[in-house]
Amino acid sequence: MRRRSETYKIVTKKELAPKEKLFEVEAPDIAAKALPGQFVIVIIGEKGERIPLTICDYDRKKGTVSFAFHEVGKTTKELGLLNEGDCLENLTGPLGNPSEIKNYGNVLCVGGSIMIAPLLLQVKAMKEAGNRVTTVIGARIKDVLFMEEEAKAMSDQVYVATDDGSKGYKGLDFLKEVLAKEKFDRCIAMGPVVMMKTVSDITKPFGIPTIVTLTPIMVDGMGMCGVCRVTVGGKMLFGCVDGPEFDGHQVDFDELIHRQRLFLPEERVVSELWELEQGGCKCGRSKA
Amino acid sequence: MAEAKPKPKIKKEAVEMPKQAPKERVKNFNEVALGYTEAQALEEAGRCLQCVKPQCVSGCPVEVPIPEFIKCIREQKYGEAIAKIKEKNSLPAVCGRVCPQEEQCQAKCLVGKIGQPVSIGRLERFVADWERENGFQMPEKAKPTGKKVAVIGAGPAGLTAAADLAKLGHDVTIFEALHMAGGVLVYGIPEFRLPKKIVQNEVNYIKKLGVDLRLGYLIGRIHTIPELLKTGYDAVFIGSGAGLPQFTDVPGENLGGIYSANEFLIRVNLMKSYKFPEYDTPMRIGKHVVVIGGGNVAMDCARSSMRLGAEVCLLYRRSREELPARKEEIENAEEEGLVCRFLAAPLRFIGDEKGWVKAMECQAMELGPPDASGRRRPIPVPGSEFTMETDTVIIAIGQTPNPIIQRTTEGLLVNPKHGTIIVDENGKTSLDGVYAGGDVATGAATVISAMGMGKKAAKAIHEYLMNKK
Repeated sequence: MRRRSETYKIVTKKELAPKEKLFEVEAPDIAAKALPGQFVIVIIGEKGERIPLTICDYDRKKGTVSFAFHEVGKTTKELGLLNEGDCLENLTGPLGNPSEIKNYGNVLCVGGSIMIAPLLLQVKAMKEAGNRVTTVIGARIKDVLFMEEEAKAMSDQVYVATDDGSKGYKGLDFLKEVLAKEKFDRCIAMGPVVMMKTVSDITKPFGIPTIVTLTPIMVDGMGMCGVCRVTVGGKMLFGCVDGPEFDGHQVDFDELIHRQRLFLPEERVVSELWELEQGGCKCGRSKA
Repeated sequence: MAEAKPKPKIKKEAVEMPKQAPKERVKNFNEVALGYTEAQALEEAGRCLQCVKPQCVSGCPVEVPIPEFIKCIREQKYGEAIAKIKEKNSLPAVCGRVCPQEEQCQAKCLVGKIGQPVSIGRLERFVADWERENGFQMPEKAKPTGKKVAVIGAGPAGLTAAADLAKLGHDVTIFEALHMAGGVLVYGIPEFRLPKKIVQNEVNYIKKLGVDLRLGYLIGRIHTIPELLKTGYDAVFIGSGAGLPQFTDVPGENLGGIYSANEFLIRVNLMKSYKFPEYDTPMRIGKHVVVIGGGNVAMDCARSSMRLGAEVCLLYRRSREELPARKEEIENAEEEGLVCRFLAAPLRFIGDEKGWVKAMECQAMELGPPDASGRRRPIPVPGSEFTMETDTVIIAIGQTPNPIIQRTTEGLLVNPKHGTIIVDENGKTSLDGVYAGGDVATGAATVISAMGMGKKAAKAIHEYLMNKK
């Protein structure tokens, strides 16, 4: 009889950049089924919320899955305080549809900020499927850019970009020249919504099918609540069960940006209260 | 001691159950109904005629031996009373609270012909609560059969099937997709109608029967049904419910402030956002909430909204007579301040400059001839458009089964129109060894009908397992 007790123990904690961390967690049943493109729902404690995080690696033999997160709200900040050996309350997954990985020919993979981590799983899978892969990794500033070496090791070509130009290209405009010179058969974009929108706008005139990974607000993550509804090609779809990957040329990004911010004031309240409890904010600003 | 023989004169009125006063209860999420005291239970039990051929039992989807357990109450043998109920019903504390007894057992009660029927539900609740306070008794379990059964979903259907199968000696594992067991009992029905701790008690009872409960397992993704059957499970019961929300499809539905009933209830109930920020999951609710729909789920949304401090208007496209919610729930909601706007439906949602809903354009309806559901069909009245101001809209117009299992189980026959799994009268699906029951088979219905199907399927699964080679 197979009766493993899942403890969701953190076996590796890696700091990718300031406030950006990667956890490898023991979850053999999830690891056995996880595929690129899917996500997990993380719950830290009894009073915690359910947050979706994209799977950025899995090891079926070891029985572990990995995910990366940016410490932006209370839950992710609290998550960041956990250490190797600590256990999560619950980890549900794999959720969402896996990516369509096959030999398309020449593939462009663009990842921004924390989503660079799961993008590299796609890069790896696309390489294994026989594609030539060009990878673009980007971040706000050079200090928060990570996994450049890993990207170089697994891709045929790597470009680096930052919003302020502190490293590599400034912004993503350079992609227009890249696309003018080289023909791509498919583009994968994972990152902040604004970045995915920009990439989709750039690839559209070139007619490159562009797949974006949407990370709308979710509660259950399995089709029940509908808060993750997105408009794609004029149709209402659910990010969790119809996605998370969609045709970037069809997504209503402006609506998505708005819907992602629906609970921003509440998220701020809970985050600030938590920081007060932790002995005040570490950002340097004084608090009332 | 009370006599088993019927008393010559039966009081026409049932003993009222104490409730929190409307003005008080609308400020809290504590249970509204407070339950009988022992004296009240004894008095109400005394009204039962102890019919030789009890009609009430035939009105109960799980055939609880009603006169027998009431007789035990009269004799103040509460332990025996609960044991009698549990022969048939593994979730009495739940059923005593949320079953529509007025349409089932109590509708058939003979006393009901001369006055108010015996309050069977309240008596069931009384003994279930008595047991919780006085300690569970474990029922006898059959010897292990060596057979393994996977139950998908820890809602009313799944919990019932699991309990019955465990008592019959099978090795049962429940796979629940959410992080808490109970299904609609924890994510849907609010705390003030069914406290979570009562559900957890019933779940603990089922765990004590030896059932292995796995939380956070979405079958179809983590394991599929064919994989379960291949990896040692001899049979599967699907009780995955009707969790997919329906939307109105009118323009503006993706504005801020518009929630599906599921989202609203999951946040408020399961994630306890009424205790935000103590609990992390937020819920934003305005001052003027419109709930669209007229079922029990709509009432739950309306009553929860009032408890969060809002004024609530229910918008229903038919008239009061067609409201599908339990009468008791409608009365409770109206006592708490619910305003109903009948014969109207939304045409579009209007947003403010920040993308939040600020008004709804609606259209009046009139009733035409009955439709497929047997209820009179609402027909739009031309030129009747009107605008309603609102800052929060909750859409409670029904749920359909989640399609993940259906999509990942080859050969499982599904009703193409409703997405429900097709089963025979015993819950058997098109696949050998695979059974289903509850909302996933019937479409959204009641807790007790799901339990009834879970029970029937458990019986059928037992026969299947014992006859298999």
